[in-house]
Amino acid sequence: MAQVLLKDLNKKYDEVHAVKDVNLHIRDKEFIVLVGPSGCGKSTTLRMVAGLEEITAGEIAIGDRVVNDLPPKDRDIAMVFQNYALYPHMTVYDNMAFGLKMRKFPKAEIQKRVQDAAEILGIQDLLKRKPRQLSGGQRQRVAVGRAIVRHPQVFLFDEPLSNLDAKLRVQMRVELKRLHDRLETTAIYVTHDQVEAMTLGDRVVVMKDGWIQQVGEPLELYTKPSNRFVAGFIGSPAMNFVDVGIQGSDSSLTAQGTGIRLAIPPVNASQLGPYKGQRVTLGIRPEDLHIAAGGDQAGYVFDAVVDVVEPLGSEILLDVKAGPNSLVARVEPTVRLKVHDGVRLAVNPDRLHFFDMTSEKAI
Amino acid sequence: MKKPIAGGTNGAVVVALPHPGTRRARGLTRFLESERLLASLLLAPTVVLLGTFIAYPFVSGVWLSLSDTSVGNVGHFVGLKNFAKAWDDSIFQQAFRNTFFYTFWATIFKLALGMWLALLLNRSFRGKRLVRASMLLPFIIPTVLSTFAWRWMFDPTFSVLNWLLFRTGFIVNKIPFLSDGVYGMWCAIVVNTWRGMPFFAITLLAGLQTINPDLHEAASLDGANGWQRFWHVTWPLLKPVTLVVVVFSIIQTFSDFQLIYVLTGGGPANATHLLATYAYQVGVATGLLGEGAAISLFMLPVLFVVVWVQLRYLRRLEGA
Repeated sequence: MAQVLLKDLNKKYDEVHAVKDVNLHIRDKEFIVLVGPSGCGKSTTLRMVAGLEEITAGEIAIGDRVVNDLPPKDRDIAMVFQNYALYPHMTVYDNMAFGLKMRKFPKAEIQKRVQDAAEILGIQDLLKRKPRQLSGGQRQRVAVGRAIVRHPQVFLFDEPLSNLDAKLRVQMRVELKRLHDRLETTAIYVTHDQVEAMTLGDRVVVMKDGWIQQVGEPLELYTKPSNRFVAGFIGSPAMNFVDVGIQGSDSSLTAQGTGIRLAIPPVNASQLGPYKGQRVTLGIRPEDLHIAAGGDQAGYVFDAVVDVVEPLGSEILLDVKAGPNSLVARVEPTVRLKVHDGVRLAVNPDRLHFFDMTSEKAI
Repeated sequence: MKKPIAGGTNGAVVVALPHPGTRRARGLTRFLESERLLASLLLAPTVVLLGTFIAYPFVSGVWLSLSDTSVGNVGHFVGLKNFAKAWDDSIFQQAFRNTFFYTFWATIFKLALGMWLALLLNRSFRGKRLVRASMLLPFIIPTVLSTFAWRWMFDPTFSVLNWLLFRTGFIVNKIPFLSDGVYGMWCAIVVNTWRGMPFFAITLLAGLQTINPDLHEAASLDGANGWQRFWHVTWPLLKPVTLVVVVFSIIQTFSDFQLIYVLTGGGPANATHLLATYAYQVGVATGLLGEGAAISLFMLPVLFVVVWVQLRYLRRLEGA
């Protein structure tokens, strides 16, 4: 177990600058998730920690050692690959034992460790099989088993669940979380799936175009996204964005967009004061929109027309149009509305987000 | 003839009835729809070709080997006399040993060098495609042509190799490349290796490219060094491909003719004869067709065993 330090980490390929000035302190026993769209540099960062990619500039330290020049085998890490990377010609047992054999562990110790790992993962009955005789979920368990028998300082996961079907993915996600609680080994986990990131990570690192956008606990990212990208990336369905102009006097500012006019709540007023007369991006999460009722203040409601109704059972997603703006509202399953119906929606005034138009930073 | 189903109003139920004019076409269609007939039809050209060019020569070769046929003389059945005679013939014995020696060493070299080349070419480097393509040159140049070039390089008087080795100080006396039996054999093995190596390299390279690079990364994280990665990951996964190439190569090398015929003609003093060249010498050059056929048929059981071993092994790999 160890902390991992990434300092001014950079990776350049011939023409692509894949990872830019990444600074990250991963604490001991922490489960950290790197998330972002494809090509954001998350996998490259992970592979640099593993030693599978050379570091262009910067420093990586695992525990107290700078590992920049150490080959992968000497970094005391174990990795789980997206396509499992099980040795197809070896049995499950040999797959799990291979790393220990290479490190010349005594036979009895190898056997004990493989048995223990197999028990934790519930694959004792599969030890004599070959990988191709296993289902996707079983292969995934073996790949995890191969990592845990080594008792490494750090686990690296490279999109380990993306080859599984949706149901199995949810199940394995829970198992991985349980496993981490049990083993308490520092883990770095890469995924493009924000739900996985939110559910697994002690902290989540959102990346885009090689830059770290924000590091924080899952709920922090959700409630206080530091910029428009994070706001739109975290949360499903995604946050609604509307272009608005800030108008009015200091005591009663309004956000005026085409087809939408909302009062600016007092909590946001002081930060938005300097933006008077300018345009900003207003962000509203679908769950912060509801059908207006008597209790809603007049300033926080607007009229829209239903475009699409998506009943999900536990809730309904309403795609509505307010002027040219498309918005999604997450409403009660009891709401009865049809396409083209007019609807009056209210926002939750404590949960509005505003972003600078040029820098895209949260205001 | 069936009538339209009753009950429908006029035109409501349309039933397709055979048109008188399409009867002939339907006969052909029905014929083509019968799987058995169609299969025979499609197989026929292949059967004819194989029969004419493989089965018939093979059967007539077997017949020749059991007869005392020679050029200008219709032979009679003589049983296994030709085989017995060949077995006692010292030149045949020499050619028989040579064939094994030649096949064994040439295959080993081709495999080792081909594997090495394939591993090199499997890396990424600038001009990779050009190198890969040019590597095939020895393979696509007609054997007779390239062997002539080699023969020129091994020439007793004008050998460029001798000149080079002499000038660089490696030798004081000329090496009798083709005028000494032992040297001659090794020269033939060198040329065969040069010619056959690209086939190994390309095939093994194709095999290497099917191996998921993640496996190597996983193995290097598991603590395996370069050699261990080859031995524990690459080699086991490459084995089926390797076996197929080796068997192909053994079959071709064991029955090699062109190379020896051009390079040494079997000499000096029959020291480099292989079964194929000796069979040609006896059967065609000397005209003893029966005896020549018998000599060449000695190759059959050996190759049969090789193919059998390969098939068995591949089946086991698939079953495992």
